[in-house]
Amino acid sequence: MTVAIVGVAESDLGVTGRSILGLQTQGITRALADAGLALADVDGLATAGVARFSATQLAEYLGIEPAWTDSTFAGGSAFEMYVARAVQAIDAGQCTTAVISYGSNQRSARSRKLGGNVDAHTPEAQFEVPYGPLYPISYYAMVAQKYLHAYGAKRDSLAEIAVAAREWALLNPAAFRHGAGPLTVDDVLSADQVASPLGTLDCCLVTDGGGAIVLTSLDRARDLRADPVVVLGYGESTTNSGMGAVDNLLRPGSFDSAARAYRMAGLGPADVDVAEVYDSFTITALLSLEALGFCAPGEGADFVADGRLRPGGALPFNTSGGGLSYNHPGMYGLLLLVEAVRQLRGECGDRQVADPAVALAHGTGGIFSTHATVLLGRDGRGEWG
Amino acid sequence: MMESTDTYEVPPPDEVTGPWWDATRERRLVVQRCADCGHRQHYPRALCTGCGKLSGEFAEVTGRGRVDTFSVVHRAPRGGLEVPYVLARVRLAEGPVLVTNIVGCPPGDVVCDLPVVVDWRPLPDGRALPVFRPDPSARSV
Repeated sequence: MTVAIVGVAESDLGVTGRSILGLQTQGITRALADAGLALADVDGLATAGVARFSATQLAEYLGIEPAWTDSTFAGGSAFEMYVARAVQAIDAGQCTTAVISYGSNQRSARSRKLGGNVDAHTPEAQFEVPYGPLYPISYYAMVAQKYLHAYGAKRDSLAEIAVAAREWALLNPAAFRHGAGPLTVDDVLSADQVASPLGTLDCCLVTDGGGAIVLTSLDRARDLRADPVVVLGYGESTTNSGMGAVDNLLRPGSFDSAARAYRMAGLGPADVDVAEVYDSFTITALLSLEALGFCAPGEGADFVADGRLRPGGALPFNTSGGGLSYNHPGMYGLLLLVEAVRQLRGECGDRQVADPAVALAHGTGGIFSTHATVLLGRDGRGEWG
Repeated sequence: MMESTDTYEVPPPDEVTGPWWDATRERRLVVQRCADCGHRQHYPRALCTGCGKLSGEFAEVTGRGRVDTFSVVHRAPRGGLEVPYVLARVRLAEGPVLVTNIVGCPPGDVVCDLPVVVDWRPLPDGRALPVFRPDPSARSV
């Protein structure tokens, strides 16, 4: 693979009082500064969540006329998908410098709805919404219920995901819960139920936030300011829109997206030094551990039991504090990539993992609907270097 | 059962889903069964997801199945819904999965694999929503 990430940045996070385009501009200008590049260098742009014509709107706002854009709308995994498409566009010569960005002011704007947004012409509007599902949590809750039933697991295992995320957030000054103190399993279990078996502390944050990453050819990347982070492989799977379509809830498309990414990279789960995995809900992360091959199906509960995901544990996992305790701006996939790159560059301060060579970012969009896995590596550390 | 106070207006049927909704007016639960490959599917579609052909016929089902999984909703997404209530996936004896509600028992009595049978919640326009209640005639697993 011959494309690298050369710049990353977060926008302001938390409760910002800023506009979507204002947050987008922060993320993009900061990521370009990190790369040592200028807006005039950007000829590729991918984003979502701006407007109906997301990349179009943003390009005009920035005053650029890109040769390549992508606004694939696939929920939180879209940003991992954009990496795949940006690599292809750069390799094909359609553009030279691609920015992938995101910004949301959902907390300041109070734009989140418990029932979600369903188009009246979709099958869900006729066959699911009449029954009063919460979107998306009802689906994740039903997957969690199935998981507990099928594998004889306890809610404690789900709670451990939230506890570990909080431990990491305590080490990350940018985390929304940085100053909130530690969580216990009992805290999570005794929190108000929203959609059983998930309670409020099984759910990700609702915050403003965003950021951007900059990609260019590896050849060019080696002349730029920061150490290049090479895209080693990617894989996707798109499985369902509604809650009734998937036959086996315990085999989400992430099993396929991960296998595809590992195959492309010529790597396996044992090669991953740090994993940034979408944790919209505790079940999302627990089931993804199995899908990504870190443990076998049904073994997730045992796998997390010894604090393996906590700082100092055997698998550095969601080192920013995750969507559960760091930031969740509606779609969190971009920030997974930012943290993965920073870990590989060794820029993470108190939460820095010791000398990682390979990082994994895995996005989940919708209701386990879209799945995208990206493998990243430090330049000069493997066959890719 | 009582008519719901739900503020949600179920969209009108379209040319594909019409026969399914018409059957609910007679309190008959149907699913599409492909005349070519025999595949059964829910919700109704303009093609068979088993073989890709276009021959969607509707066949009545027994109305019996099991809870594939469920979740008790504790916060209402809109007006007119009284929490807690049970959202579930029910796997019909014939195979297809329906998203539905479990009624007729306390939410705490619902478990995965619970045998259930169809019941009906009337809509203001004469259609009805299939919901499910525990099936006393079936043995639990």
